[in-house]
Parts: sequence; structure tokens; C-alpha cells
Amino acid sequence: MAARIQVPPQAKRGEPMPVRIIIQHPMETGYRHDEVGHPIKRNVIRELSCRYNGVEVFRADLSSGIAANPYIQFYTVAEASGVLEFSWIDDEGVRGSERAPVVVA
Amino acid sequence: MIALRAVAALAALALCAGATAQERALPLERLKPGTDFLGADLRALQSDDLANPAMLWVERGAKMWSERAGTAGRSCADCHQDAARTMRGVAASYPKFDAARGHLFNLESRINACRVEHQGAQPFKHESDELLSITAYVASQSRGLPIHVSIDGPARAHFEAGRAAYYRRRGQMNLACAQCHEENWGKRLFAETVSQGHPTAYPAYRMEWQTVGSEERRLRACLSGVRAEMLPYGAPEYLDLELFLAWRAEGLKVESPGVRR
Repeated sequence: MAARIQVPPQAKRGEPMPVRIIIQHPMETGYRHDEVGHPIKRNVIRELSCRYNGVEVFRADLSSGIAANPYIQFYTVAEASGVLEFSWIDDEGVRGSERAPVVVA
Repeated sequence: MIALRAVAALAALALCAGATAQERALPLERLKPGTDFLGADLRALQSDDLANPAMLWVERGAKMWSERAGTAGRSCADCHQDAARTMRGVAASYPKFDAARGHLFNLESRINACRVEHQGAQPFKHESDELLSITAYVASQSRGLPIHVSIDGPARAHFEAGRAAYYRRRGQMNLACAQCHEENWGKRLFAETVSQGHPTAYPAYRMEWQTVGSEERRLRACLSGVRAEMLPYGAPEYLDLELFLAWRAEGLKVESPGVRR
């Protein structure tokens, strides 16, 4: 599962900064059927979290209402330079993770 | 005698000019890319390189570019070096007739031919993430460049076949491509605006598909829409049609990887 993260190239200390992530995932709703009529099992990213220098700053419970390749944006206060670590798990138990460096001036 | 020749030449010129002018049902200055028919939300999605989901495929294609494959153990980069330089403008000139192989290629089939001949690898399957990724990566190197394909020489027969296919009525609805995309573009078809049908964005992320797909897949969607028989992937008629469509979109800028409804 590929993912792309975007943070400002340089954030200002104490200011909120936008964090954006897009994850490649089919987000299969569980409501669809294949060509011969068998239901396709639900497989969505059910949990996504983000840690900023080891501290959880964002968590989301996703469900079948979210489109494929989910794109999520949130704000967090830029406190120190370091790293953002995203991790997620889908209904099939497949885990994914992605990191991005943060530079705070 | 000389005067006669000159008159004949002039007449021939006038004939030629007349033919080219008539050839284009949509004059170049009236062409509108698919983005002009999108809502503001999708236009914004396409122009934002992070939010545009197709960029996930492009990024994968960028990785594949330098991955070794096949019995030759060669990567794309081993021959073509930096794609930003060597692949710039390439997608804008496809489909292209390859005289050495005697075959009309679109970008996908050209990449697969390269895989088989130079890498000694199996061709990627139609609509596989691998093929879409590497195609989207190559196509994205031509972003912003005007489409210009050659329809001269051996490509001419393919072009004419493509044009014939474009104006042929088909399916239970008995519709030709031209009836929507030339005679009725800009009008509403249910909730959507009918576009002029220019292939500037492909491979594109289509909301209906929730994934990236090729121009061929898009053509199949139209065929299904008019309840016509969908030809199998790789059928020559798609290639001919793609060549005609690219000629028809002459001068429009490549948007790959685009976002469509």
C-alpha cells in the first residue's frame, strides 16, 4: 500500500500546520457483487493514526462510506522538528505505515 | 505549358486545403479539453499533485522506471536514462506507427513491446496496476505539451479506419461517437455535461472506476453506454480510434494523469 504525505517544507513553531496524506487502497465497501453475483467482502482501512515525535496527534476510524484511495487532511501544532509516523490497518489485517520529516523553525 | 502546370498546382493546392478544412468537424480553435467540462471540485483535484489520486500510480511508475526486470536484467532507466528528459513530449506523439515493427502502438503497447524485446520480460496485462503506473509516469512527463500525432504514410490507413469507426453508428442505441461528442457537446446527459471527447488526460483517475484506467477502458465505457458490443482489450479498432482521437485533439495539452468523472 503506497501512501504520500505532505507537510509544509518549513513550519513555524507554535503555529498550526496542515498535514495531508493519501493512501492507495480499494476501500471495498462490502455492498458490491462480482460478475457472477457473489458479494465482495468488505475491505476498508478501518483505523488510521498519526504520531508526531512519538505522541499520537490524530486518529480516525474509517468505514465503507469513504471513497477508494482515501485522502485525509488535518492540522496539528508544529512544536519541534522531528518525524510524523502514520500507521493504518485494513479489514484483512494488512498494516501499512509511512513517515515524513517535519522541520520547525 | 508552365502556366498550365501552375494552374494545375494551384488547383491541387486548393483541393488539399479544402480537404483539410472539411476534415475537421471541430475546428482547432473551438477545441475544449475534458477539464473544461468538469466541476470545480474535480478540476481542483486534478491540479493538486498530492490530492490527485492518480499521482499514487505515477509515483509507483517512477520507482518501476529504475527497477531491473526480465532475463536481460535491465531497467527502463538503463536505456532511457532520466525520464524527465528522454520521455518529455513522447506521450503527446502517441499513438505512433513504428515502421520497423510495422505496427501502430499506443503508449501502453509500446511499453510492453519494450519489455518483451529489451528486457526479456513478460508483457504487463491490460489495465494492470503495473502497466497503468509506468504508462502514467511516462505520460506525465508530457504534461502541458500540445498533442501532435503523425497520420502520414502507413499511419494513414489506421487513421482512416479510426475515423470510420468514429462516425459509425453502433449498439442498441444506434449512436456514433460523433453524435454526442461533435453534435451535442456542452449539453446535458442526465447530470453530466457531454464533453468533446478528447483523450488528453489518460491514463486518468475516474471517479466512476475509483481507480486509474487507460483510454481503452474509457472507450469501452462509451461502447457500453450506447449498448454496443465491447471489443476485447487490445483490439486494433481501439488503436485506430485512439489515433483518430489524438489527431482530432491536435494542439490540446496533455494533462495526464488527469481526473475525470
